[in-house]
Parts: sequence; structure tokens; C-alpha cells
Amino acid sequence: MGMTMAQKILAAHAGVELVEPGQFVDVKVDVVLANDITAPIAIREFTRIGVEGVFDRDKVIMVPDHFAPNRDIKSAEQCKVLRDFVQRQNLTHYFEVGRMGIEHILLPEQGLVLPGDVIVGADSHTCTYGALGAFATGMGSTDIAVAMATGKVWMKVPETIKFVYRGRLREWVGGKDLILHTIGVVGVDGALYQAMEFSGEAVDDLSMNGRFTMANMAVEAGAKVGLFAFDEETQAYVEPRARRTYTAYNSDRDARYAQVIEVDVSELEPQVAFPHLPSSVRPLSQVGEIPIDQAVIGSCTNGRLEDLQVTAQVLRGRKVHPYVRCIVIPGSQAVYLEAVRQGLVEAFIEAGAAVSTPTCGPCLGGHMGVLAAGERCVATTNRNFQGRMGSPQSEVYLANPAVAAASAVLGRIGGPAELAR
Amino acid sequence: MRLTGKVWKYGANVDTDAIVPARYLNVSTPEELALHCMEGIDPEFAQGVQPGDIIVATANFGCGSSREHAPLAIKGAGVSCVIGTTFARIFYRNAINIGLPILECPAAEQIEGGQTLEVELETGKIHNLDTGQTFQAEPYPEFIIGIIRAGGLIEYTRKELGR
Repeated sequence: MGMTMAQKILAAHAGVELVEPGQFVDVKVDVVLANDITAPIAIREFTRIGVEGVFDRDKVIMVPDHFAPNRDIKSAEQCKVLRDFVQRQNLTHYFEVGRMGIEHILLPEQGLVLPGDVIVGADSHTCTYGALGAFATGMGSTDIAVAMATGKVWMKVPETIKFVYRGRLREWVGGKDLILHTIGVVGVDGALYQAMEFSGEAVDDLSMNGRFTMANMAVEAGAKVGLFAFDEETQAYVEPRARRTYTAYNSDRDARYAQVIEVDVSELEPQVAFPHLPSSVRPLSQVGEIPIDQAVIGSCTNGRLEDLQVTAQVLRGRKVHPYVRCIVIPGSQAVYLEAVRQGLVEAFIEAGAAVSTPTCGPCLGGHMGVLAAGERCVATTNRNFQGRMGSPQSEVYLANPAVAAASAVLGRIGGPAELAR
Repeated sequence: MRLTGKVWKYGANVDTDAIVPARYLNVSTPEELALHCMEGIDPEFAQGVQPGDIIVATANFGCGSSREHAPLAIKGAGVSCVIGTTFARIFYRNAINIGLPILECPAAEQIEGGQTLEVELETGKIHNLDTGQTFQAEPYPEFIIGIIRAGGLIEYTRKELGR
């Protein structure tokens, strides 16, 4: 019996030939990650273990991106705990405000996470790197403290659900719509404790941008990891970035899956997730009249260059609705710079949008776009839980960048097709 | 160990933003976090919770972010145990790692808010002192028992490393 790519990566990192779903294994990690919210607890617990230094200063990466640039005094203190630790431990890879990006956009872009890696991060969206064919998963601060000290974590080998997407995607439909639709089908705990594997011609056609978006939201279905096979697209992305060797693992033809779910995407419309769960999805044509106060385009889900290109395509030559705040946040300094060079930022500003330095800020109701009671936001982010972006009486609707941008112009949730009329 | 406490009952998919909203994540001690515990869905909780009280929920408790602040807030509030039909995986790991007792029990649906439970952690037996019912929680895997016995993941790791 063959193995899934999840099994293969874990077996290789556990130093054994074969692992079975349900088995507990100790695995070596290639990258350990924390941010300004999760690092302070991880550092506190790390200190309690009683080791002097991290297991490998090349492999522990910390990114101040959530409440950075420092939001308030307490956040500044938290960021300082991270900064002091980075300096004390002399960590190799550190990205300060001005060089930093949203962690899950930054790390792949810098070639710090690679196919076949095991990556653990004190951030639930660490699963983003599954797009590269890496076993990447979110954990809490204490797990990360132990990984920083020992270079190992315990894992329960997950079963895998395979998703096969048939057909070709229509215009303005992308990775965000595929993953929202999928979460709508399986539910927010449909892949609990399991790996998701995305396949089929519709995802073979997807750029890395769309694959990162899909893998990013695997956790929104409860999954441990969301994986893509390594192919030419992955190779073209990774080759110019990688500064160390890596191994590509793809699932065997006779691998055993917990379930195989086939989805025909040829008629799929842009999807919108209604409050307060990412699984409450409706096709755009079924949304109805939903006026909005704010549109946020960015985050680890949709803050990459291609997302900003689509946004500019919609906003160029148009104006944001007079009563809407449209906030565009490039996911990294490299994305930002390229957006400036390509004239995208000019298009945003001319349209009346605000453009910010990279930060997770508004996605989790931190800063840079917190909502008041009764306000509604359409966002390209990943969660629309009650109170996620501010007041518990506010509402968040999740959508792709084209829909968010078109909605900013319309003043209500709608798609780019309506603007063309 | 026997735990006795009054039930705070919640439904399915209680996310970590509900358990401790992100705007309070600029602090990290259990005591500070406890002041805002469950604020996202139940503003009465933080004021009313008594030491030993028990949180009971249904499916997928603790879904969403990886923030360990969520189980820390619950522990800081003095909650003795969390019972759910299922838990989101990161929350489950976090609770075990920090020594917050957590039990998966399909019958959690039948427990109501305000009732008093007595929980035997070793056997996973849950006695409803109001109705006289007894429920059986899922047993822990052997590996997890090792972490619980050590008193949490840090203590477990210290032992492994001989410190």
C-alpha cells in the first residue's frame, strides 16, 4: 500500500520507512515560526525548559506582523520581547518593520520554506506552505517553545481527504472561490485532524498565488495541513528562491485516502462567506443587497502581487464609493515595491483607496480598520467569526479580491461584471 | 482527581476570537487574559465564573487561531475542565500542553448550563449531579497521558532532556 504525501513527509522527518494514519511520531522540523502575538508566550515557556539557545539559529524565524508597526504601548512591549529574543539568540533570518511582510507571504517569497519541509508555526495559517508541498501546520506557543529548544515536535499522522477539482474556472473566479466553496461543502470541521490534498485540472491550472490562498484556508475546514503536489509551477516558483536543497514528495497512486471528493468547477461563481462562519458561503448571484462600510484587500490569504493586480484591474479608472473605506495592504515589502513599479498603487490611490505598509492589522480586529457596531466589511481575509474585525455587532463577508474591489466601488457586495455594464 | 463545578454551556464552533478577542492579545498572562474570557459570545462569563466551574460545548470548540491565550484565559478564569463533543486540533494540543483538563464526550450535547458536574479525570467518568446521569468521555491516547502525567509539555520536555 502506498503513502500520501503527508505520510511520506512525516515518515522522512521521523526517520522511518513508513507511517500510518493515527500513529504518533516525533518529527524533526525544518522551520519554526512565531509572531509578535504568539512569540512572547513561546519565549516565556522556552525559558522554563532551561536550555540556553535555540536548536538552530538558521531555522527559528520570528516576524512582528500582527500588531506591528507597534499598535499601542502594550503591543510595543510584546514586539520588544520578540525583538530582544531575536537579538539575544542572534537569529539569522529577521525582518524588521520596513523589511517585514505578513509572515505567510514573506517566508515563501524569501525561499525560507521549501517543498518537503516540516514547518511548525505559532500561527494557525502556517498551513499556507502546503501550497509548496510542505507539511506545514499551526500550533500553540508551548509546542513552538519545545520545537525551538529541541528541533522536534510530536505529531499524530493524519488521514488525508483528497479533493479533485474538474473543469476550467470562469473569469474572476480563483483559488479563494475554490476554497470557500470547499469549506461550504465540508463545513468548518469537515477535515478536523485531517490533511486536505488539492488536485485536478482546475488546480493544476492555478498559479502559486491561488494555491497559497487555498492552502492558507485549509485550517478553516479544521485541517492540519492543505497540500498540493509538486509540479512545474512549484518548481518555477521555488528554484530562483531556494538557498538550500529540498525534496519533492508526491502521493503514491495507490495511497489510501479517508475520502475522495470530486467537485465540478466549470459553473462555479465567485463565492461570498456570510457572517459568522467561513462555511456560510453563497454564490455571488445569491448575495442580494448588502451595503458595506469597508473593504479590506490583503492578508496572508490574498495579499500577494497577483491579488493586487486583480484589484487594480477592477479599481483603475473608477472611484471607491463615497461612504466606503477601501484599505489595500500589500503582503510584503517586495509585493509593495512591485505594486509601486507596476503602477498598481497609483491606481489604488487615484481610486480613493488607502494603502498601508504590510500588517495583519484589520484581519483580526487589531488595527488599521477596526469595525464599529453595525458596520459591515467585505474582506479578502480568512475568518468572519463574530467580532473578528472589531465590535461583536459588526459583520465580515469573505470574498476574492475582484469582488472586494468591485464592492468598494458599488458600496454594496457585488462583482466586477456589474461595473462593466 | 475529582473536579466538581457548575456548567457554562455553549454550542458548536466556539472560536478562539470568541474565547479571547484579538484586541486583548497585547497581554499574555492568564490573569490578564481571564478578564476577557468568553467576552466575544458571553459578556457575563468573566464576571460570573467561579473557581472550579466547567465549560461544556458541542462540536469543534476552540476553532480558529492558534492563540494559546484562549486556553490560558480559561485556565486563568479558574475553570477546572472543558468538555466538548469535539475540539479543534490546535486548541486540543494547547490545552493538554498547558495542563488544562479537556475531555471529548459525545454526550456533552445532553448537559445543560447551570447543572453541576463531578468529573473523574483518570477514568473519564462525568457525573451529572442534577440528573444522576453518568457519561463516559473518550480515553486519552497513551502518548497524551504521558504529557498529562508530567504536568504539561514543558515539564515533559524537561524530563526528556534530563533537566
